[in-house]
Amino acid sequence: MPVYSAEGAPLFSEGSGGSLRLLVWLALASALMAIDLRTGLLREVRVAANALVAPIQTVATAPLHAARAMREATAERAGLVAENADLREQLLFAQAKLDRLAIVQEQNNRLRALLDARQKLGLRAQLAELIDVDLDPYRHRILINQGERHGVFVGQAVIDANGLVGQVLDVEDARATVILLSDPSHAVPVRVQRTGLRVIAYGSGDPGRIELPHVPFSADIKVGDLLVTSGIGGRFPPGLPVATVYEVQTDNSATFAVAEARPLAGIAGATELLLVSDETLALGPLPTPDVEFVGPPEGLQVPSENPP
Amino acid sequence: MSRGRAINAWLLLSIAVASVLTLIAVPESLRVLRPFWLALVLIYWTIEAPEHYGLGFAFALGLLQDVLVGTLLGEHAFRLAIIGFIVLRFRSRMRFFPMWQQALAVGALLLNDRIVVLLLRAIAGDFAIDWRYWLAPLVGAALWPWVFLLLDDLRSRGRQRES
Repeated sequence: MPVYSAEGAPLFSEGSGGSLRLLVWLALASALMAIDLRTGLLREVRVAANALVAPIQTVATAPLHAARAMREATAERAGLVAENADLREQLLFAQAKLDRLAIVQEQNNRLRALLDARQKLGLRAQLAELIDVDLDPYRHRILINQGERHGVFVGQAVIDANGLVGQVLDVEDARATVILLSDPSHAVPVRVQRTGLRVIAYGSGDPGRIELPHVPFSADIKVGDLLVTSGIGGRFPPGLPVATVYEVQTDNSATFAVAEARPLAGIAGATELLLVSDETLALGPLPTPDVEFVGPPEGLQVPSENPP
Repeated sequence: MSRGRAINAWLLLSIAVASVLTLIAVPESLRVLRPFWLALVLIYWTIEAPEHYGLGFAFALGLLQDVLVGTLLGEHAFRLAIIGFIVLRFRSRMRFFPMWQQALAVGALLLNDRIVVLLLRAIAGDFAIDWRYWLAPLVGAALWPWVFLLLDDLRSRGRQRES
């Protein structure tokens, strides 16, 4: 027997449920979230469910693909020629840089051989494309079209042409989720290239800014400094460009300096990405994931404080 | 019987369209304005046919959204269950609100939802927002009359064809 309000409309329609039912559902949701956050138990469920919603994603990316195809089909010849010339110039530039790198690399290898280094520090890279769907803009995650079957693993560094973008957070069969370095829960160990000072850069929640909150006050860091990955922790290969410092301030307690840096990679707008991994990682797990482990292979006895 | 089926077809279609709208890529500056489409669809169906769609339905829709956008399983389920509950509570009033008042109510629901998200994410980990975070509920409220009229029109048309 439904209860009627003064207006005669049922106040609690059937099936509405009272607060108790709400509490049960909320408890269920909370339990799910806790399990998902703290354990990996729901991973298979997620993978299976993702396969189910894949068609929706295909439909959602279709208009963009169509628009792109249309633009390419109707692009004017002049525009294409200009673009071609532009790309050729960039290629030349890149080639020149590569040549120089190759020389340095060779020299490096020789020196390493002299030092009898056991591990090679080559980079392995694979191309990944962004799946053009918008996830929550406040969560700094993107989807890429490479997954477990392409050899992607959790923690793999993701870069674009200019610098570090983030790291792989979650791997499924044919795609992976990447957490961007601008996410407030993301931190990356970096080194100031000019001085070798090692600091940790935290995401700020703003795609154009990362923060270095705990720089010793006496440390030498200034506007314009380039930050590269330090390789501490063994997660990111050392030497990848990350960001440039654009502001240095004193924090409130005047014991630390706070620096802000702008990521070099096009965090928000990248469409083609590279997944890189240290070959040392590819050969097998590092012998001891020591907290103090700093980038260079174990065979090297050089103190890592001195920049090369 | 056949009428129930017609409703189901429209229901599935509206959910599918809302899912696509949730994921479809838009320019960077518009991204933060994206309304919570599935919530709008849920509110509509909860107002119109609560005998079919209760809290369990809201929960299931939430799980769908969690999988779609890759949030923690249960986050959107939590949010939509709250929305569903409030709508069920005030359904008999909301139904007879004039449209602008209904839109205001929807805006308030979505605003409340933003607060819930803030709490949930603050518990789960770091979460940074800016002022634009609060714009999406306004967009949702502004779109509500259109969503409502469109769904209502489609549904009554489907019903006519069936009878």
